[in-house]
Amino acid sequence: MDLNDQEEHKTFREEVRSFLKEFRHLAPKETAMSYRLSPKPYSQEVKDWQALLVEKGYACRTVPKAYGGCGADQDILKNQIIADEFFKKDIPQGLIGQGISMFIPTLLEHGSDDQKEKWVKPTINGEIIWCQGYSEPNSGSDLASLQTSAVEDGDDFIINGQKIWTSSAHIAPMIFCLVRTEPESSKYKGISYLIFPMNTAGIEIRPLQTMTGHPSFNEVFFIDVRVPKSSVVGGRGNGWKVANSTLKHERGMLSNANGSLDRLNRIKTLLLHEKIDGIPLIKKPVIRDGFIRLQARVQSMRLHEMRLASEASKGAGPGLGHMICKLMGCELNHELDAFAIDVFGEMGVLHDGVPSMQSDGIWQQLYMYDLGLIIGGGTAQIQKNIIAERGLGLPREPLAVKGAL
Amino acid sequence: MDFSTSEEQNLIKESFRTSFSGLVSLNSIRKTTESKAPFDPILWSDMSAMGLHGLLISERYGGSGLSLFEAAIVAEELGRSMAPIPFVATSIMAPLLLMSCGSESQKKKWLPQIASGNARIGVAVSEIAGGTRGDEELLYKDEKLSGKASFTLDCGGAVAFIIADKEGHLYIVEAGDAGLKREAFPAVDGTRAVEHLVLQSVNAEPLESATRELIDQVISAGRIILAAESLGASEAMLEQAVNYAGERKQFDRVIGSFQAVKHMCAEMAAEIQPCRALVWYAAYAFDHLKEEVALSACLAKSHMDEVSRFVAKTSTQVHGGMGYTDLQGLHF
Repeated sequence: MDLNDQEEHKTFREEVRSFLKEFRHLAPKETAMSYRLSPKPYSQEVKDWQALLVEKGYACRTVPKAYGGCGADQDILKNQIIADEFFKKDIPQGLIGQGISMFIPTLLEHGSDDQKEKWVKPTINGEIIWCQGYSEPNSGSDLASLQTSAVEDGDDFIINGQKIWTSSAHIAPMIFCLVRTEPESSKYKGISYLIFPMNTAGIEIRPLQTMTGHPSFNEVFFIDVRVPKSSVVGGRGNGWKVANSTLKHERGMLSNANGSLDRLNRIKTLLLHEKIDGIPLIKKPVIRDGFIRLQARVQSMRLHEMRLASEASKGAGPGLGHMICKLMGCELNHELDAFAIDVFGEMGVLHDGVPSMQSDGIWQQLYMYDLGLIIGGGTAQIQKNIIAERGLGLPREPLAVKGAL
Repeated sequence: MDFSTSEEQNLIKESFRTSFSGLVSLNSIRKTTESKAPFDPILWSDMSAMGLHGLLISERYGGSGLSLFEAAIVAEELGRSMAPIPFVATSIMAPLLLMSCGSESQKKKWLPQIASGNARIGVAVSEIAGGTRGDEELLYKDEKLSGKASFTLDCGGAVAFIIADKEGHLYIVEAGDAGLKREAFPAVDGTRAVEHLVLQSVNAEPLESATRELIDQVISAGRIILAAESLGASEAMLEQAVNYAGERKQFDRVIGSFQAVKHMCAEMAAEIQPCRALVWYAAYAFDHLKEEVALSACLAKSHMDEVSRFVAKTSTQVHGGMGYTDLQGLHF
């Protein structure tokens, strides 16, 4: 246990600091959160900043040089240093999203050279946004039961079916999509992972209004959509394995403790500045107690991630410690949002942009958005199954016998 | 940065875990608590040989001069086994108070005896840590101490007590003093002997360098060690619940295959996992980041307490009726 940086990391921290000092004037004012609450194509300012971060190795740093990244070795502690330093200066880090954070790591793991050549660079620079065609109306937690079909026709597949909860489908030019190519194979073996443009003929997109008031996701219908066979990633019939690689990256993205710390710090600012009867909220014992309890939980999740990073850098594989992060991180974020709304008092009932607290009017939306994240990316209950079965070794639920009930 | 334990620390942890699991059983805990014995004497002397009592005491006074981080690792194992011996006051707080506030002759007199296991020292700091109730204030006059020191920790077989008053003075008094009356109380946790000390002109020797700040540091150390013990105890309760859920059958299935039970186990694991880092960080802060100790210790203690309470309740629930019985021993 030694929380001081070693020589190499000390130097690296200095590098990050001087980079931020020199270039912070180029950092976009719009926060990543505003893009997540209400997806839209990235502005030129955001894309330029992203390209700069990629070039300097502060975003997507392990993506090989050949594909437009900076080819750095995997160094979890350096990632942590980047996150810490950007966070301390309140400067937006590299973009996160389904393309950059989930699809690209999957493509690097399973894609062909041609596919990597074509898609990695424009994606990591924020030029191409991707959406994820996974869930279907009848295949949610039981994702592998999906029915969207892709039938062979010469050099193409013809896709028919429907996807749902497809975030950003209304603005994304590309989709990575799970389809059933081998209907005669078993549930898990008949799936393929395809990538294709969203403007292909036969795709219809219907935005779904969410409780936040923003259409962040969609229903997507495929009617005789023709896609070349070369669109398969990771081999035909191999889609379940490829999909799980993406899900792993998604869970990592959804449970970053810095996001919780950011919320906690914003709440602290709120409690220091907002007054009732002339007394700052932080002086009220009930509110302090609630704040401290959340502070302990945020601290424990942050330190937990540091511990996991340290152990991984020494070669430990992912285990129980990793499995709990999505569950705990998403629940914690939601409780932080709830606490912020509680301390607003009567103002907490207002929907958008509380008048006297403009900068903090986002909490009511976050509360709903974060509730969505407890469900998305594998529900809290699915996470608990994973923890209990893979982490603690409890037996799987016996499969239901058809016709037994 | 390295947020993990070293090889050597892993060895320490492993050797204490092995010893505790060999020496402590539900029977031995029961025997100690039921007989109202102050502690398990066999375990005490075996642990003396392993150096448990002198972990923090510097080598020139016969200890092993380790840091609070290592002590916290050991405390986790002690909590896991529910070892019925004094620890937090006699092996952590008393040595730290003597080392930071005592005179050279006080150190020479007490530290080697603590390290060897020949002396157990109770610690009374509740006037500072928790406040006073009613007529409990302490008064020091003409080298004599009078008043009441409540909730003195680790009184089991103590030969002396270190007592703090509200102003941040420390006194050491010997257990045999004629003016000292001890009121023992049965604690819910039968492995911890807690007493009120009623003092009437008891000979008291001040620890001259005591300050409120130094005492607060030691109280933080106590909080961290208690949090570490709770962490170990929580892990043990989870382990028991998972084992039971994997064996007990109802409706022709082990109950651990039912989601209702599985999810209780998952929730316990999910709550416990991040606590280790919280406790480690607080202990590391005690050793290296003094300005962060007070807050980190309170966060670790308060959060760990909530988690352990949740785990105790949930683990009992997983065991069903068995969990509620004395037989299962979960209440220890």
